Amino acid sequence: MIEAINLTKRYGNLTVLDEISETIHEGERIVIIGPSGSGKSTFLRCLNCMEDPTSGSIMFEGADLTDLKVDINLHRQHMGMVFQQFNLFNNKTVLQNITLAPLHIGLKGVRDRAKRAQIKADIEANAHRLLQRIGLDDWADKYPSTLSGGQKQRVAIVRALAMNPKVILFDEPTSALDPEMVGEVLDLIKQLAEDGMTMVIVTHEMGFAREVASRVFFMDGGKIMEQGTPDEVFGAPQCPRLKEFLSKVL
Amino acid sequence: MDILKKWGVFWEKFGPGGAWERVIGEGLLNTLVIAFLGLLIGIVIGTLIATVKVMPKYKALPRILDKICSVYVGFFRGTPIVVQLLLAYYVLFPLCGINIGSLNTCILVFGLNSGAYVSEIMRGGILSVDGGQMEAGRAVGLSYTTTMLKIVVPQAIKNILPTLGNELIALVKDTSVVSFVAAVDLYKTFNEIGNRTYEYIIPYLCMALIYIVLVALISLGIKLMERSLRKSDRGN
Ligand SMILES: Nc1ncnc2c1ncn2[C@@H]1O[C@H](COP(=O)(O)OP(=O)(O)OP(=O)(O)O)[C@@H](O)[C@H]1O
Ligand SMILES: [Mg+2]
Repeated sequence: MIEAINLTKRYGNLTVLDEISETIHEGERIVIIGPSGSGKSTFLRCLNCMEDPTSGSIMFEGADLTDLKVDINLHRQHMGMVFQQFNLFNNKTVLQNITLAPLHIGLKGVRDRAKRAQIKADIEANAHRLLQRIGLDDWADKYPSTLSGGQKQRVAIVRALAMNPKVILFDEPTSALDPEMVGEVLDLIKQLAEDGMTMVIVTHEMGFAREVASRVFFMDGGKIMEQGTPDEVFGAPQCPRLKEFLSKVL
Repeated sequence: MDILKKWGVFWEKFGPGGAWERVIGEGLLNTLVIAFLGLLIGIVIGTLIATVKVMPKYKALPRILDKICSVYVGFFRGTPIVVQLLLAYYVLFPLCGINIGSLNTCILVFGLNSGAYVSEIMRGGILSVDGGQMEAGRAVGLSYTTTMLKIVVPQAIKNILPTLGNELIALVKDTSVVSFVAAVDLYKTFNEIGNRTYEYIIPYLCMALIYIVLVALISLGIKLMERSLRKSDRGN
């Protein structure tokens, strides 16, 4: 589904991603672990070209996202992204956060008044359904500043879901949360995993990684140093850097 | 007692059946129209320029636009508004065969001028909005411009509202030069009363008073708006 080919990212002469080639298949739940500064976020952000790779390419659904002629906005609609800092739109209500992009895209070029009203109603109904799913429908008309961190992150996840993405990218979704709110967010991500959503997750929550991952990448120094099933990576780590890393975090 | 006599002379020209209708209906009205419409045009132009200014610059087009905007801002901030009015009204428009009247010329020039100042204010406002907002917009597939206009700029405007209020106050005060291009504003109408009575003290004092009241009212308006915005921040 997503294929990185010789993906390289440099900042000046600092090489952050070093010739990474990797394929992520539909239905996979990739969890990326590794020490700070190893390039996890950068790798994730290159997958939807939030960060432009220095060289190499990203193939998604048969298109090369690094090709400037490709409409990146179109492809991003199918790649959800969830941020450490939630990044809900502060000037929009919870409901509007979820419906903004679907409405913008769904109503584009539709002139007929009745049709527009129908599309809008459908999108809003879907948003309410998603909010009910996370138990926040009562908050639909509130602004993000009134939500707790856990609630914000769940809304952010639902905002990504509302686009019916083929894959969702998570960058440390629980790192900015108070400990008592981590569980509710991880539970929601686990639910999505059970539903068969393709996901790429950067996280420092090793227990969660072990539970949810179908494949684990260990990144260090801009390379995927080791990968395998959670049992392989956590149970029988091969490379010394991974052993050292695990001994520190477990 | 002299002042009372002067007041009498003034009131005879100004009072019932006198010039007050022109002072309020034309002078004050035009002053407000030029300032408010000028600011409105300024916000639109300023937002566009600020958007160009904060755009990533690795493509050629943003770089060219950036140069054009710099020249624009440089000109309008680097010359007095009177010079801009005179150039537009007596040089540029006649040369181009355009005749939109002096009031419209003033609105346009004040708008263009204010756009240069608002662009700097707006740029600061946009930079004050957390970068994650732009990222989140792009991540759901919205374009740079759409995210800018729907997400970033509304938050920026909220942040710079007090500064925009000051810009409006500056505009109101600057309108007092529009009689250079034959527009009728507060100054012009009071000046006419003075010319007819050969007595300027009272008319100009009244004029100053009206400006002070105007500015106070705008300041009050800004304070109220800020307060209601802060309320919507805390919850809804
Ligand atoms: N915009 C940038 N400019 C310069 N250097 C950058 C930039 N973004 C990231 N880096 C550098 O790239 C390296 C990898 O960063 P990255 O954020 O991908 O690491 P990470 O594995 O996600 O770390 P963490 O666990 O701390 O989030 C770091 O050394 C970082 O300093
Ligand atoms: Mg990171």
